[in-house]
Amino acid sequence: MNLKRMIKSNLLTSITRFLSGIGYRMIARVWRLGAGTRLFFLTIVYSGESFRRFHLTLREIYFTGVMSLLIIIVSAFFVGMVLALQGYNTLQKYGSSEAIGVLVALSLVRELGPVVTALLFAGRAGTAITAEIGLMKTTEQLSAMEMMAVNPIARVVAPRFWAGVISMPILAALFSMVGVLGGYLVAVPLIGVDSGAFWSQMQANVDVRDDIVNGVIKSVVFAVACTMIALFEGFDAPPTAEGVSHATTRTVVISSLTVLGLDFVLTSFMMVV
Amino acid sequence: MTSNIVEIDNLSFGYKGRLLHKGINMAFPRGKVVAIMGGSGSGKTTLLRLIGGQIKPTQGEVRVDGKVVHEQDRDGIFLLRRKMGMLFQHGALFTDLSVFDNVAFPMRELTDLPESMIRDLVLMKLNAVGLRGAHTLMPTELSGGMARRVALARAIALDPCIIMYDEPFAGLDPISMGVICDLIRSLNDALGATSIIVSHDVKETFLIADYVYFVADGVVAAEGTPHDLMQSTLPFVHQFVHGEKDGPVPFHYPAANYQSELLNQQL
Repeated sequence: MNLKRMIKSNLLTSITRFLSGIGYRMIARVWRLGAGTRLFFLTIVYSGESFRRFHLTLREIYFTGVMSLLIIIVSAFFVGMVLALQGYNTLQKYGSSEAIGVLVALSLVRELGPVVTALLFAGRAGTAITAEIGLMKTTEQLSAMEMMAVNPIARVVAPRFWAGVISMPILAALFSMVGVLGGYLVAVPLIGVDSGAFWSQMQANVDVRDDIVNGVIKSVVFAVACTMIALFEGFDAPPTAEGVSHATTRTVVISSLTVLGLDFVLTSFMMVV
Repeated sequence: MTSNIVEIDNLSFGYKGRLLHKGINMAFPRGKVVAIMGGSGSGKTTLLRLIGGQIKPTQGEVRVDGKVVHEQDRDGIFLLRRKMGMLFQHGALFTDLSVFDNVAFPMRELTDLPESMIRDLVLMKLNAVGLRGAHTLMPTELSGGMARRVALARAIALDPCIIMYDEPFAGLDPISMGVICDLIRSLNDALGATSIIVSHDVKETFLIADYVYFVADGVVAAEGTPHDLMQSTLPFVHQFVHGEKDGPVPFHYPAANYQSELLNQQL
């Protein structure tokens, strides 16, 4: 009888602990979402400084945008080449290999350009932003700034935010351009598709409003999400080596999942509208 | 104008249900060097953060220049902070800026001074700490003592009324320690400022402080001039000042019975 009661009590304790663990995690997630949203609004409110002293933002554009150019261009080139190879393989079965230019361009402009750029941006610039701000917090540089009556959100967060928002759409556009070039090099000189058909079909079927503008909208939304996640994770990182390392990992994981989730949502809306 | 530039009145502060400070009263007269001493974890640095308005007290108040710090809005706190300079434990220099730009940072951010004037002022501040010749170096190229001196030049960049020092002697070699010690006193007197030093280095602190507060168990355990405290018979002060291993602050962290813990295999 006693054993039965003990098992029952242990089971109850385990279930309670399990449920309270889930509750605790949920509350922590909601709290972080709220804190991140608050930081986003404060960043917008204190953004004046980033434009009044634009050299602060320009400096960050160099670090997040210009320094990401190499990885973006090389990746775009290979993505474009693979798209052309795979596309040709399928299209030739239906006798429409001339449509390879449209396929490459639409895939890049609508989806791959903004999405892959955002994923690469999160991995290259996002982690750098999180690690830098996390270390500034660990070494008390943010506290020092506060004690000097300088607002760290205006001086540190806002310029990085706008640098990301300005850089990423430009990087996504470059990605699509270089990807198309990579596709052209595989399709025309290597496979032998007609150059005129490649470009003219692309010109005829890629729409500015439906394809290019939608791609730009996506890249702007991804830029806001990726940059803000990187900034928040850095700002919220526990001031220890382990804390900064976890924050950096979270930046990549959360940014990637957010970009893929947002892509689905945005694409659905764009299809309807 | 009151004679005390900073006053701490019946201050309590705690978090997660635990009180770190329990009704602390302190006064920091203008022009003096006042030290706050105590063991590690006694909440000395937290007191500096309360004075700077980075955290709010649970009870009581901190007044800076007659204004209650926690009642100020963000702009009010920033106005109060313009009267303060703070030297952080490890300097907290901005690693992406040179020595010159670090010292120029508060001037560029908070004033409209022309660049030519900022250049002269920065060189004067760096000269005061003996590092004018190092103005082109980056923080990574400095030794610990030099970094502390640059941070001190940055802390006094806008001639503050209050200079706060968080463990200014920690981790320094004897020469650098002597230099920092001398600088704290001489800069305080030259600027007519009030210095608040948080430290547990008895010898150096007693050398330059006009008045000392000892914090232990969340209260002011003792206070007085360095001379008075050296003579103090209070067990805690005696143990601290003379660096005795055991006393009111026990050598052993509270634990279960030694013998039974050794015999019991479970941790």
